[in-house]
Amino acid sequence: MTDVAASPGNSNVASATPDTMAWDSRARRVMMIYLPLSCFVLILLFPFYWMAITSFKPNAELLNYKEHNPFWISSPTLAHIKHLLFNTAYPTWLKTTMFVAVGSTFLSLFASTLAAYAIERLRFRGSPYVGLGIYLAYLVPPSILFIPLATVIVQFGLFDSPMALILVYPTFLVPFCTWLLIGYFKSIPYELEECALVDGATRLQILRRITLPLAVPGLISAGIFSFTLSWNEFIYALAFIQSGANKTVPVAILTELVTGDVYQWGALMAGSLLGSLPVALFYSLFVDYYVSSLTGAVKE
Amino acid sequence: MSVTALPSHGGVALRQPGWVARLFDYKPFLIVMCLTPAIGLLTVFLTYPLGLGVWLAFTDTTIGQRGVFIGLENFQYLLKDPLWWNAVFYSVFYTGVATIGKFALGFWLALLLNNHFPLKSLLRAIVLLPWIVPTVLSALAFWWIYDPQFSIISYLLVDVLHIRTTYIDFLGTPWPARFSLIVANIWRGIPFVAISLLAGLQTISPSLYEAAMLDGATAWQRFRYITLPMMMPILAIVMTFSIIFTFTDFQLVYAITRGGPVNSTHLLATLAFQRGIAGGELGEGAAIAVSMIPFLVFATLFSYFGLARRKWQQGEAND
Repeated sequence: MTDVAASPGNSNVASATPDTMAWDSRARRVMMIYLPLSCFVLILLFPFYWMAITSFKPNAELLNYKEHNPFWISSPTLAHIKHLLFNTAYPTWLKTTMFVAVGSTFLSLFASTLAAYAIERLRFRGSPYVGLGIYLAYLVPPSILFIPLATVIVQFGLFDSPMALILVYPTFLVPFCTWLLIGYFKSIPYELEECALVDGATRLQILRRITLPLAVPGLISAGIFSFTLSWNEFIYALAFIQSGANKTVPVAILTELVTGDVYQWGALMAGSLLGSLPVALFYSLFVDYYVSSLTGAVKE
Repeated sequence: MSVTALPSHGGVALRQPGWVARLFDYKPFLIVMCLTPAIGLLTVFLTYPLGLGVWLAFTDTTIGQRGVFIGLENFQYLLKDPLWWNAVFYSVFYTGVATIGKFALGFWLALLLNNHFPLKSLLRAIVLLPWIVPTVLSALAFWWIYDPQFSIISYLLVDVLHIRTTYIDFLGTPWPARFSLIVANIWRGIPFVAISLLAGLQTISPSLYEAAMLDGATAWQRFRYITLPMMMPILAIVMTFSIIFTFTDFQLVYAITRGGPVNSTHLLATLAFQRGIAGGELGEGAAIAVSMIPFLVFATLFSYFGLARRKWQQGEAND
């Protein structure tokens, strides 16, 4: 993949200036590629750097740029993180968020694996339309749904319960996972299943023993995608959860930690940093799966 | 491995086909069973609420009180409401400017990443970070960066570079607040656009560029007549998703300004939340949410016709 991509890029630079010397093309390469690239990386990462550095700064440094260089910490402190962990309900919020994210991930993986298998492998009349319908479901944004969904949740008696979120998150996870898995199932040779059918395996045995083991990379991609998406979800969690203990991290930081007129920037940034770390760690472990699931469908 | 293990198990099932096993091997039944969880979840929590939302928009429901059908009254009220018009204006403006920014910068970043250089995969991983971190949490970082007294941008401009003499009031006045939010949205959107487009760039065959170069095409001509046309299908999909999810954006605005100052940065989604959930006027909130639908249908049709040349399923994405 990289090699194929590299050749047009390289030849672009090399052949655009065929009659210049190596030094010139190198300087040109620095100007045209490395300089803008470093600007991009700097700007894309700066908010995280700022978030991290703020969470370890004592308040005196935080609000005094005249005597302290704002880009560095002279006396780092863990006070903000300590405050967060021991004086607020932050550990509870983390637990709730984890519970919701894991629950909705498993629910959506279960539902979308079966759906993708039925659509791609059990081939029935109208299966492309079912696929299209699930795809269209992805185009319905939560901003349109949250008001009527709130009334549905109240009707079901699930208001203010993390269960509500576990049941609602699959509405945006299932369409995505189903499409990802359809792509993976497509890549598994049909002959393998035919062999098993000839040998007398039942359809469910085929799914469990042949298709699923071969689709593990797809399942992992769908799983991490679902996990991060449910960890990051905001609007449903804001609308359906009221009591402090049941809030998820993003909602709780915004509604419970932002109090009064004087913002505790140190604690806010520490909360944001801690809330971002689980997804960032998770992401760094599976980054290849992540990128491939994001781009796999595009490449087909 | 699993394949070789199969015959023995299959054999057992064949000799002793219990009625449950036979039922699960009956294809129509199996299809129904497999589709039930997904379709069930989507029907109960997506299709039904969507219909319910449209119904609510025509009623005067409030929290704790069943509404009655009042026809188009909610919409008539909205059409006379300057705040709604303001939200429509800002939603369109926000979507337009942010989309142009995201795609210009994202495409540029994708072209840069398509070159060969050391640590490429690490860089690609880093670039995606703004997109995977919870939006609200990075929005908080932006809120702090936009602080009126302790903004690091103001500090840089005033105390380090001496370009300005006063600190910028990013979020206190309407137009700076509007642009500050758009910048935050572009920042968050660039990685997704760049990585999706990078995947598209990698599918373009190098031989096309070689042929063009033999014909003496310049770098710009190669971009204009090869890269751009080849990227059109993917651009169309990614752009549709981006437009839909930027237009209905909620988190950034809610976290940074909550629609202020003086309601100048309300998007339709935040206005719907303010009226519907915070204010308790479910009917009116639903009407505001429903008023987003025409815009979204327009964006989807745009994608459909943009994709006509390629199979529609080839590029789902997420923003």
